[in-house]
Amino acid sequence: MHMFFVLSRLAWRYLWRNHRRTIVMLSAIAVGTWAMIFMTALTRGMVDQMIADGISVIPGHVQIHNPDYLDDPSVNNRIAYTDTELTARFGNAGFSSWASRVRVPAVVTSERESRGVTLLGIDPEAERSFSFVDYAAVDGRFLEGPDDKGVVIGAKLADTLETRVGKRIVIMSQDPDNEIADRGFRVVGLFHAEMEATEESYAFIGKHTAQDMLRIGDTVSEVVFVGDDYRDVEPVFDKVAAQVDDSVLVSRWTEVDTYLGTMMGMMDGFMLIWVIVIFLALSFGLVNTLVMAVFERIREIGLMLALGMKPAMILGQIIIESMMLLAVGLLIGDLLAWATIKPLEGGIDISVVAKGMEMFGASSMLYPNLDIGDVILANVVVLVLGFLASLSPAWRASRYEPVEAITKV
Amino acid sequence: MTAVRCIDLCKTYRQGDQDIKALDHLSVDVEKGEFVCLMSPSGGGKTTLLNAIGGLDIPDSGEIWIADERIDRMSKGQLADLRLANIGFVFQAYNLIPVLTAQENVEFVMQVQGVAAAERRAKSLAILEEVGLKGLETRRPAEMSGGQQQRVAVARAIVSRPELVLADEPTANLDSKTSAELMELFTELNEHHNTTFIIATHDQHVQSYAKRLVRMLDGRIVGDVEQHAA
Repeated sequence: MHMFFVLSRLAWRYLWRNHRRTIVMLSAIAVGTWAMIFMTALTRGMVDQMIADGISVIPGHVQIHNPDYLDDPSVNNRIAYTDTELTARFGNAGFSSWASRVRVPAVVTSERESRGVTLLGIDPEAERSFSFVDYAAVDGRFLEGPDDKGVVIGAKLADTLETRVGKRIVIMSQDPDNEIADRGFRVVGLFHAEMEATEESYAFIGKHTAQDMLRIGDTVSEVVFVGDDYRDVEPVFDKVAAQVDDSVLVSRWTEVDTYLGTMMGMMDGFMLIWVIVIFLALSFGLVNTLVMAVFERIREIGLMLALGMKPAMILGQIIIESMMLLAVGLLIGDLLAWATIKPLEGGIDISVVAKGMEMFGASSMLYPNLDIGDVILANVVVLVLGFLASLSPAWRASRYEPVEAITKV
Repeated sequence: MTAVRCIDLCKTYRQGDQDIKALDHLSVDVEKGEFVCLMSPSGGGKTTLLNAIGGLDIPDSGEIWIADERIDRMSKGQLADLRLANIGFVFQAYNLIPVLTAQENVEFVMQVQGVAAAERRAKSLAILEEVGLKGLETRRPAEMSGGQQQRVAVARAIVSRPELVLADEPTANLDSKTSAELMELFTELNEHHNTTFIIATHDQHVQSYAKRLVRMLDGRIVGDVEQHAA
């Protein structure tokens, strides 16, 4: 430890011997670090938003279905348990947020247009806490209960169908006997979503109304469960799995929407690649700085060796110098990133390009997410790779013969 | 007691297509407490001999003993330890670490030795006063004259009381007055602390302080005489 302080003081002094070079290098490291963290925060924010939006539409972190439902989401592939049995299984099992729903493909027809949608028969109170629809922001009103006879559709779908609140539309699907099941509904509300695709894809009716229309008694298509964190769904999954038998399939959200699941996995890999790419650009400057720093003091290195410093101490001194340079640059870069990301946490309006973004599930507002894990990853990667990059010049410095170094012109 | 023993040392350098014999079967003993001047024209081998004795350069053949340790077979690490513990160096130029102050330069060797901070501070201040640099402790080398820098280097070389001080042209960059002061200091240390000095020099004035003059030519000793110091 004593020697560490001796070498650290020397390293720090040598670092500031050439102020200009050190400041230029520090600026490069700080800007590089800022770029790493800022871009990571933007990307993380975008992916998080996509996943959050995606999960809210799925919705839920864990779902149960008929084993065939995910391949064929028809009314025939319903859950074997009735609503009453589901309440008995999950009502007192300690789940904070869960709901059963009817979910089938359907066609919505106005007097002018028709569109295919996903018809959701829901109990609005059970889904209020995790629904992607903000009930209070609906034009008109949202459903008032599972027996509500009205329909709520997205604002975009209303545009497409050229309908509006108060007008009637017909919803058509098929019952378990493959007969047409249809009914006229009055549009009672228009919901708004982050993405127009969502507004165009869903129609909400009361769960009991849906069961009546489809003639499926009190059975449902899916049960959804929401935990505390979508990144850690295992506790909810295990708890749900313990309550059911093999007649139903328990799925994590990553299995229900594999695109979103893959996206989350890809995100971490992308972060690492991004950090490494930026570092590689930085490393040229870092190695050049260290090589120059060593080259311009060969005589002094020779002197230190002559006075009794061991080669390992010279090696340590150069590495400490490199680590100090990186640590200061990282600190400045981290602070810069924090200072620029924090004010943007309220969201960045990217509606100019939102149409394009929507193609892969992103919304028109981008919320940068400064994740401490990403900051640590960027810092650790830079320090570790910086350490490796500094080994070569440090090794060369420690290999000088004192007598040759002292007489070096 | 023998402080330094060199037996049949040979060292050849290649310069262009010529082999230069820097040390040519050279043998010499230096007793503890001696004040020896190595003299030779340029290229006579005195710096090579000094570097070999200090473990900075390894001879092609022959043996070098410091006290009772043979050093020509030591590893780099062992040689570093030997220099740190037993040998003080004063070079002709580029003697100081430019990023450290005068006091920090003097303390440097003691720091590497692991001497406690309070002891380092006390010793460094005392030695700087002894070499006439009181008040300049916080100056960096660039803020001092050549003579002052050389005195700092001397202070560093002797502050931990090494048994042997090797000085290569220590007065080459100094004016005659500073040069005389430096040699007085060496003489005092030699007499009061029984420190062995081996000084390589051209300077006739420096030679006058030595108790023993060793003349070299083409890597060989051609004269070795005792003399009464000035």
